[in-house]
Amino acid sequence: MDYRLNFDAVWRDFDLLLSGLGLGLSLAVVSIFIGSFIGLLAAFAMISKNNLWRRIAVFYVTAIRNTPILVLIFFTFFALPQLGLRLGKIESFVFTLTIYSGAYLTEVFRGGLVALPVGLREAGLAIGLTEWGTKIWVIIPVMIRSVLPALSNNFISLFKDTSLAAAIAVPELTFYARQINVNTFRVIESWAVASLMYVSACYLIAAGLRLLERKLAIP
Amino acid sequence: MANPLMVIENLHKKFDKMEVLKGVDLTINTSDVVSIIGSSGSGKTTLLRCVNLLEEFHEGRILIDGEEIGYTKKNDKRHRLSSSILAQHRALTGMVFQTFNLFPHLTALKNVTLGLRKVKRMKKEEAIETARHWLNRVGLLNWQDHHPGQLSGGQQQRVAIARAIAMNPKLMLFDEVTSALDPELVNEVLSVIKDLADDGMTMLLVTHEMHFAYDVSTTVIFMNEGKIGEQGPPSELFQNPKSQRLAEFIKNSTF
Ligand SMILES: Nc1ncnc2c1ncn2[C@@H]1O[C@H](COP(=O)(O)OP(=O)(O)O)[C@@H](O)[C@H]1O
Ligand SMILES: [Mg+2]
Repeated sequence: MDYRLNFDAVWRDFDLLLSGLGLGLSLAVVSIFIGSFIGLLAAFAMISKNNLWRRIAVFYVTAIRNTPILVLIFFTFFALPQLGLRLGKIESFVFTLTIYSGAYLTEVFRGGLVALPVGLREAGLAIGLTEWGTKIWVIIPVMIRSVLPALSNNFISLFKDTSLAAAIAVPELTFYARQINVNTFRVIESWAVASLMYVSACYLIAAGLRLLERKLAIP
Repeated sequence: MANPLMVIENLHKKFDKMEVLKGVDLTINTSDVVSIIGSSGSGKTTLLRCVNLLEEFHEGRILIDGEEIGYTKKNDKRHRLSSSILAQHRALTGMVFQTFNLFPHLTALKNVTLGLRKVKRMKKEEAIETARHWLNRVGLLNWQDHHPGQLSGGQQQRVAIARAIAMNPKLMLFDEVTSALDPELVNEVLSVIKDLADDGMTMLLVTHEMHFAYDVSTTVIFMNEGKIGEQGPPSELFQNPKSQRLAEFIKNSTF
């Protein structure tokens, strides 16, 4: 094998890779943030006594979780414009990842909700909180703490899914890595550096979330 | 004679087809301490939960200070009120549960201030002052910054009492609040309740502590198969039970 490693080309464009990583992180943060609200609402719908809400939530989660995310990305980007909804590629990807993360987070939150003791809701109601007040001040804060480890795994996995945005030319880390690869033929170097950057980012996210877990832990 | 604080009229409650309350009538006046005794499954918990509107009921009315709670009549049809009005009605009574049900993510102090802040909309300082007053009354001022998981069962139950009573309810409901406690922790909770009763707090309590019921109650009620079997002052009920059922129940109870 006479491939000689030379990282010069990669370092020259390292700022591009960094900006790509930054964009990927932003896409993940925005999508996960909005997706969490969708997930919370859908999780409450799933355990609600109302048949219609429950069916809608089940349909949503089932449909999204059984479609490959790349198909969802292409569907939003290529098919929705045909239906009259034209989005830029970044908006389109955020839309997809939001819907996608919402479905996965629904499952996480639902699991947390059903594991709570019933007495918790009743105690909230008994002091005069409304159903929504009880959810906001009691149910959600306790539930979130119990699902934090599962949430962390989902966040990391959703962040890694931003690499698929390269498929519709969103200029994130994977997109630039491929660009450098194609332009410079430094195949190993570009993908090795990109991989390392993903690993480091995931490591930092995990560490941050563990810190949060510890801070929020119920004594 | 002043108007009664709470009136229960002909209360019926079914779970699916099983009728658990079969027409309960009960009047409670201010500062009454009413104890409900009776065997397991006779409907004591269900009665309290109906008063706190945690259960729906199918027939009958509950009035507090003359106002019907939980339901309204529109065009002769009975409607359950909306969540926000139910919440207001629920705040008229304070409920203490067998299993404490404290908010595990909040300190003892915040367990008490939550309702003061979010329901009563008190200012932070006022809420803290009120909560500290009641935590002091139940002997837990030094524990205000501890979480429920760091407290003993007896301490948790006393926080739960402070949390309920700080909301200034007209009527306190206690559902077998000592039956989940280790025996050596029972008395610290009972003495808090006794103290509140001596202070004139109106109470409806379910208990298996016969000695306590005898001591603290103005009225004792014997629930039997979803109905009030007997009712009267403790001395009368415990010493001269009229029915065979109550006589047996008392004989089998420990004092
Ligand atoms: N959520 C429920 N669903 C169905 N049946 C119930 C429910 N809660 C209580 N019951 C039934 O109602 C009856 C009265 O229960 P309860 O009020 O808890 O009795 P007590 O407190 O006197 O022991 C029992 O037969 C019990 O099984
Ligand atoms: Mg009971």
